[in-house]
Amino acid sequence: MKYDYFIIGNSIAAVGCIEGIRSNDKKGSICVVTDENYKVYGRPLISYLLWNKTTEENMLRYRPENFYSENRAELITGVRAEKIDPEKKTVELSDGRSFGYGKLLVATGSSPFVPPMKGMDKIEKCYNFMTLDDAKAIDKAVDGKSRVLIVGAGLIGLKCAEGVSDKVGSIKVVDLADRILPSILDKKGSEIVRKHIESHGVEFYLNNSVQEFKDGIATLKDGTQIDYDAVVIAVGVRPNVSLIAEAGGEVARGIVTDLRCETTLKDIYAAGDCAESLNSITGERQVLALLPNAYMQGHAAGENMSGGNVLYDNAIPLNSIGFWGLHVITAGDYNGEETVKADGSKYKKLVTAGNHLRGFILIGDIERAGIYTRLVREKIPLDEIDFEAIAERPAEMAFSRAVRKVDLGGISYEN
Amino acid sequence: MKKVYVNEEWCLGCHLCEYQCAFANSGMDDMVKALKGKEIHPRICVEGDNNISFAVNCRHCDDALCIKGCISGALSKDADGVVVIDKEKCVGCYTCILLCPYGAIMPGADHSVVQKCQLCTDNSAGEPACVKGCPNRAIVFEDRD
Repeated sequence: MKYDYFIIGNSIAAVGCIEGIRSNDKKGSICVVTDENYKVYGRPLISYLLWNKTTEENMLRYRPENFYSENRAELITGVRAEKIDPEKKTVELSDGRSFGYGKLLVATGSSPFVPPMKGMDKIEKCYNFMTLDDAKAIDKAVDGKSRVLIVGAGLIGLKCAEGVSDKVGSIKVVDLADRILPSILDKKGSEIVRKHIESHGVEFYLNNSVQEFKDGIATLKDGTQIDYDAVVIAVGVRPNVSLIAEAGGEVARGIVTDLRCETTLKDIYAAGDCAESLNSITGERQVLALLPNAYMQGHAAGENMSGGNVLYDNAIPLNSIGFWGLHVITAGDYNGEETVKADGSKYKKLVTAGNHLRGFILIGDIERAGIYTRLVREKIPLDEIDFEAIAERPAEMAFSRAVRKVDLGGISYEN
Repeated sequence: MKKVYVNEEWCLGCHLCEYQCAFANSGMDDMVKALKGKEIHPRICVEGDNNISFAVNCRHCDDALCIKGCISGALSKDADGVVVIDKEKCVGCYTCILLCPYGAIMPGADHSVVQKCQLCTDNSAGEPACVKGCPNRAIVFEDRD
């Protein structure tokens, strides 16, 4: 059996790919294979599920009920893709079946990185926090008295803390770094968010690490002992690159792709958390493991797989995350000249370099943040706008009248 | 498709569109009861000063970044091209606020979900209330594609 398009993985990049393919080719056959037993869902929703802000039913409605049939995409669930043969153009599955492909998308995502820690294999209740099944397992394992120890104060670990907060007795978080959320926040921003999270009862042990887990007690590097009933490991993630590596494709930190999202193997594309892309701000190739990027990269791959020729060349780091009502929005890169405004739990940092806004951090007041994102993403020259005004408050007003005519008046210069 | 467009030369900066929007989406049939003494949460926002002013609301982009980035699939286009939100699915993560280049999506009144202009397709106003209520035709509902 051969499909025109075969997709390994069934998360957001896969959906982007299907929609990208169908924007060019209404007919070609599509098959999607996933080792999970669900239709597509947004992974970041798992913390909201634990926090009762959504339901499993709503999570599984990321796309309408008839999404796969409407797009004539066959979905194989609960089966792993085990091997790609780029010469014969086949994919072997864990159930023994093998399928041919015209074009292949590898959207295998990432897996939790679990550093070796002494005694970890004997922890009765030890979890990761990446999938719907992880969330369900944690939900089942805890009760109102549970003492939860989370290893990792990054996005995943802290969203897990918020998610379980109403269900457990206590939450303690250990991290090797000296501050929380180092991937998106500077020192000051990190401190503001940490204090806010602490005010909701979470205790942090920073600049620290677990030396040993034994009989329900974790002993930290500095000697502190923490009693726990359940442990969540959220240290980091590793892109799932092995299928491509074993097939002979180039892999760096993630699967190497060109601007058309094609790997170094012909007719094989990659998108989402397993793949590298070009950070258009820094010019570096990196894994930008973020949901909006996964969709856009998947969409670009899908368009190119179906005869299009689009470049995925405007990716930037982007984050919107909230903890107990305190919202944080960040984008871009923070190397440059800083303009900082801090007022209690509100914080704004704009980073400029030359004539461009290179990145920003907003905490607390996130209104109209997308206007800043636009400046970063579209590299809008700052001398063409009223930057002083926009630095104070993001607004359409800061743009020239001509730009506003396009934005709000529906005038197109192409006509 | 028909969208709300701005003629900024005609905007008086009176903010009536904001009140009409808040009223149309209040679900109430008495404007005074709906708005008097209350903090309003319109989906259209008037920017400007005494010299220049104009209203900003959702552009219903062809290539809508908010839809692409939505983590729950709560944002989508309806059959007519209107960008709509399913509040059952929205979890209030604000990724759309991060992405909207016009700043046209905002937290809803209780901050648990976002809100945006849906061209009054989700209330009983009929044609967009902001346009009907504009005293100077500074916003119009037209097909300019």
